[in-house]
Amino acid sequence: MIIDVEKFSAVEEPLWRELEGLLVRVEEDPGFKLTLDQARRLHYLYERTSADLGKLVTFSSEPELRRYLESLVARAYSEIHETRSRERRFKPFTWFMHTLPQTFRRHIKAFWLSVAITIVGTLFGTFAMTFDSEAKQAILPEMFASHLGDPTERVREEETAKEDRYAGKKASFSAFLMRNNITVSIKAMALGMTYGVGTIILLFYNGIILGLVGTDYIMAGQTKFLLGWLLPHGVIEIPAILIAGQAGLVLANALIGWGRRERLTVRLREVSRDLTTIIIGVALMLVWAGFIEAFMSQYHAPVLPYSVKIAFGCVELVVLVLFLSRAGFQKSVATK
Amino acid sequence: MKTTTLQIKTPEGIVFSQTLASPMARFLAFMLDLLCIGALLTAIQLLMRFAMFINPDIAAAAGMLLYFVVTLGYSIVMEWWWRGQTIGKRVLKLRVVDAEGMRLEFNQVVIRNLLRMVDLLPAFYVVGGLSAFVSRKAQRLGDIAANTVVIRIPKIFQPDLEQLLPGKFNSLRAYPHLEARLRQRVSPAEASVALQAIMRRDEFEPAARVQLFSELAAHFKGKVEFPAEATEGIADEQYVRNVADVLYRTDARKKTREAATA
Repeated sequence: MIIDVEKFSAVEEPLWRELEGLLVRVEEDPGFKLTLDQARRLHYLYERTSADLGKLVTFSSEPELRRYLESLVARAYSEIHETRSRERRFKPFTWFMHTLPQTFRRHIKAFWLSVAITIVGTLFGTFAMTFDSEAKQAILPEMFASHLGDPTERVREEETAKEDRYAGKKASFSAFLMRNNITVSIKAMALGMTYGVGTIILLFYNGIILGLVGTDYIMAGQTKFLLGWLLPHGVIEIPAILIAGQAGLVLANALIGWGRRERLTVRLREVSRDLTTIIIGVALMLVWAGFIEAFMSQYHAPVLPYSVKIAFGCVELVVLVLFLSRAGFQKSVATK
Repeated sequence: MKTTTLQIKTPEGIVFSQTLASPMARFLAFMLDLLCIGALLTAIQLLMRFAMFINPDIAAAAGMLLYFVVTLGYSIVMEWWWRGQTIGKRVLKLRVVDAEGMRLEFNQVVIRNLLRMVDLLPAFYVVGGLSAFVSRKAQRLGDIAANTVVIRIPKIFQPDLEQLLPGKFNSLRAYPHLEARLRQRVSPAEASVALQAIMRRDEFEPAARVQLFSELAAHFKGKVEFPAEATEGIADEQYVRNVADVLYRTDARKKTREAATA
């Protein structure tokens, strides 16, 4: 086909510019909603530009024009053929009260699997601590060095301490805990890309540490101290790690695709928004847990009675369970 | 099979392609980004040094958190803000796009950057590098999970077209219908070969140059046959120049027409 490119450009250029203008409006404002007429016009302009590109594609002399049309068609294609719902303006309250708990519940099986793996790890840790006196030294990482000694001795030191060990460094300790725990959570999710093997190992190992430390204090008769120390931050921190593990298992499931006919890219596309929601939720939980651990968990009786700490932990747990199981429930049902 | 281009075919039957970024270009962009992150962290460090005088504990905590947020969030914020580009990618003309030509979403940006933690394992991007090497679309694990690819935005080469026929008469221009046919029959790749041959003529040995232009002239003569009076007495190199002039200087015709009208 022979085309007079100049004439062709002169006739079509206003339409290309119109399409470009429409695309700029759609791309720059996530809240911008096309009217029916605008949507029809966008579709018409896209098809017309596609046809123009089809005419020009074998035309050697207009590389710049061809590239311009290719970029226009590519941009319009992504707007027209995109089937995922458009990201509207971010509403923090709606996201926190509805999207987050709904997303958590949508993948509840992965959460229970994450819990089961951690429980197996905890049982293993308990078993190791009960039957092998050297297990604690062999397994606990360096950052748990303060737990390598005798629990009774630690409790005595904590309860008789005359001065605040964390005076002048509570905020930095809190920041350290937040950073460390969020890093572990991201790893738990990211390791889902190892077909879940990495996530499972991480959850299992966390369970072992929990089992070792818990059993050590219980065997030493320091259960009340253990609960007072662990509950205020642990009831948020441990579920947060479990939820991060849930995200890793969701990712692994999408990767493996058991019993699914969709392509890998479709499966991964389906879960990517949920993974982002979950991991941001986990990070928020860990910010809270880090704050509580530095400013509350490290203070023991007589400064802070155990009953108060345990009660606080129980209240937190109830609120968390209610939040994850009930928040956004009506909306979720309505959506279904 | 490994590919260097991402081709997307629309339901309308139109194919548009994008060139995938090479691992080396991506590595260089990453190094540039590391420099930017380093500069940001140095600025934070200086700021915190002043803050230490007010409250050392808060300053240390803020420094630690800012350090974490910057290292983790730099790429997320930049890629979201600049539609798939960081400073390093912008300099190297790279861009993150959806692997199927769809809109790049915030969650894709988050996932590909958070999964960098696995790509970095065990050290120096070994897992990510291997994945990009093996993957058909040169994707690291983060890209696979987020369904993204990194493409190269080619710089459109604007040749100095005045070099083609500096003030010389082009006999092919006397036949507009054959000109149009030539422009239609020559593929973009063939046109590019002709242009490159002219632009780089001085790099060839004389004998090789004569042979190259002879082959190119024969090739283009086979595409469209111009009347003998248009081609007689023209050297092969000049013929190729005339062809390239017809193919690339579309405005020359317009200028000639405008001059004639004036």
